Amino acid sequence: MKSDITYPLNIGPVHPAFKEPIKFTFRIEGEKVVGADIDFGYTHRAIERIAQERNFIQIIYLLERVCGICSFSHPMAYCLAIEDVAGIEVPPRARYIRTIVGELERLHSHLLWTGVAAHEIGFDTLFMYTWNIREKVLDCLEELTGNRINYAMLTIGGVRRDITPDNAQTIHQMLEYYEELYNRTSEILLDDLTLRARTEGVGVLTTEQAERLCAVGPTARGSGLMKDVRVDYPVNAYYEIPWLKPISPRDIGKEPIGDVYDRMAVRVLEIQQAIKIIQFCMENLPQGDINTGSGAVKMINTLKKLEGEGIGRYEAPRGEVCHYVILDNQEHPVQIKVKAPTYSNGFAWAPMLTNIEIADIPIVIASIDPCVACADRMTYVQTDGSSTTISWEELHAKSIQKYKGARKRCMK
Amino acid sequence: MYEVIGVAIAIVIAGVIAGLFLKGIDRKLAAFMQSRIGPPIAQPIYDILKLMQKQTIIPATSVRWLFTGAPLIALTSSILLLLYISLSYVCYIIGLQSPVQGDLIVILYLILLQSIAIISGAFASGSPYASIGAQREMVILMSTELPIAVVVVSIAWHVADSMYNPFALQSLFEYTLWHHAGAFGVLGGILLFLTMILVLPAEMSKVPFDQAEAETEIAEGMMVEYSGKLLAFLLLSDAFKALSFSALIVILFFPYTFTSLFGLSFSIGGYSIIPLVEIIFFLGKVIFIYSIGVTVIRVIMARLKISQVAKVFLFAVSAISIIGMVLIMLDPKMKMI
Repeated sequence: MKSDITYPLNIGPVHPAFKEPIKFTFRIEGEKVVGADIDFGYTHRAIERIAQERNFIQIIYLLERVCGICSFSHPMAYCLAIEDVAGIEVPPRARYIRTIVGELERLHSHLLWTGVAAHEIGFDTLFMYTWNIREKVLDCLEELTGNRINYAMLTIGGVRRDITPDNAQTIHQMLEYYEELYNRTSEILLDDLTLRARTEGVGVLTTEQAERLCAVGPTARGSGLMKDVRVDYPVNAYYEIPWLKPISPRDIGKEPIGDVYDRMAVRVLEIQQAIKIIQFCMENLPQGDINTGSGAVKMINTLKKLEGEGIGRYEAPRGEVCHYVILDNQEHPVQIKVKAPTYSNGFAWAPMLTNIEIADIPIVIASIDPCVACADRMTYVQTDGSSTTISWEELHAKSIQKYKGARKRCMK
Repeated sequence: MYEVIGVAIAIVIAGVIAGLFLKGIDRKLAAFMQSRIGPPIAQPIYDILKLMQKQTIIPATSVRWLFTGAPLIALTSSILLLLYISLSYVCYIIGLQSPVQGDLIVILYLILLQSIAIISGAFASGSPYASIGAQREMVILMSTELPIAVVVVSIAWHVADSMYNPFALQSLFEYTLWHHAGAFGVLGGILLFLTMILVLPAEMSKVPFDQAEAETEIAEGMMVEYSGKLLAFLLLSDAFKALSFSALIVILFFPYTFTSLFGLSFSIGGYSIIPLVEIIFFLGKVIFIYSIGVTVIRVIMARLKISQVAKVFLFAVSAISIIGMVLIMLDPKMKMI
């Protein structure tokens, strides 16, 4: 006899499974999840609004703080967008250094994710192990850029610091360290029995669903979509790498079904891919300038004479990050729009979270590597405190209206 | 008689310290295996001392008498469990006549009683997380019950051939599982030992069987609403249970004393210190059992789902224990005696 007794279970806004505030309301039947509702809006910081108060150079360092981990990807997408408007040519050496730092970030982000995922399913030893080996890449980044996380490496038209022969030595040592450890690490992650028991067949996102819900990054690739901004719309040094292709679980001889295991496999393989890309860039690092040579003041003066709109797309460790800017003869962009990967992947939670057990909730939510603060949007609250629901059509119309207005104001 | 009461009080006081240190050693050892530094070994003691000074919050939605009563019942039953298991053994090694023989069936009930007290407290707290945790704990209880019962019955079966009381713990000190067993018996004994080692993490709510307290899923589950003194009682009860369940495994399988194994005698200034040596040796065995049964297993595994746990215990572990029982029954050498 099938019982129809369900009960609600709130997970969040504050819960040990999440590192950031987000609220899920589940309908539970016994141990099974029969319905899920997601509620954003607990960690909105109005970065887009603050950006309109700062000049072009200051915004780079503001955008580094959109996300704790993608602190290279967000300013990268912004710089690409500005360079798109201004038609700035980036010197080859700078493009290679950007690629190297971007891949170092991917390396440490994926190692971080593996640790978090292991912790979600109670495998604390793996968590300690991956975070321990992650220290090496953080040390390398610190030597290269001066900081472990917020690198302050980028500027419009290039990078701020060169890779010296000493740095190159450190990078080579780091790559050797990871090459040695890679086989052991991937063996633990992909072959461990309890890990497989907890990830295989859990949180399935089919290829059709991934395509329809616009999933990006490892989430899409785990479902078998061959989708990677580095390959599809290459920037920096990516179009000079002949063998670069999107990773998929097929590379380890497994047909992707879009479960947590596949997404993990994609990330593990991308660790190897990142090591290879850094090796390629270090071997082919061209000589020359590392930026356009114009200082911050000169750059701002150039940019404030410009009008127009620009878009920057970059493959962050979590998926595609997209920045859109409108310039209008001012010291700052009149409009800046940040679209983080979690904003796209968040919708993929809906099919993943149906028909799973309570025990699967944390690992399924963590499997898209969510960055809640990146994706958070304002919740519309009325002055009397009551909340309203805006329909999709209404929201769509409102956003078109907003951006048309912004365009009209600056492109008469 | 007064001596025995003294011994009992000493066991309870030593049990608090030993149980909490056992937890501390577990954490330190796990930290070592995970290449961390880890907390000081006395950390669980500091935790209890701190919790005793903290405010105890009782949720408005809870059933007050059950919510506050459950930790006390859990603590009492676990102290009783420790006394019941170790009093006769401690009396045996220090050479006193024990008034209790240690009935294995009563021990089974006491183990259950502690878990059921915590489950009722969790249900009474009114938190959905605690309810889910309590439901999971019940599933684990029900699925581990059969393997434990099989182990106890097999050992009683073995003892029944001797002149000793089959269900008394005391009989095992003289008539151990290994001494009078042939090849089948030894093999069966190893399987029964394996069963108990697998049941230990489930009884202690540790990874891979910590579903009832799964931190990342249901935020400490059954304990979620407890704070202050009530939480301290639960942690104390947990420490007692850790000590007594490991001690039970030691007594069931390795009751040998230091002197019987090595035949040495110790004395300082004419006084024999053999009882002290024996107690330290016993605690060493307990720490060893807890380390392999809880620490090592929790370090090398991920948490299973509750459906997988039920399968592991109802099929795999029950099968291992029943094969062990059959082997002991078939043991030819035993039949001769």
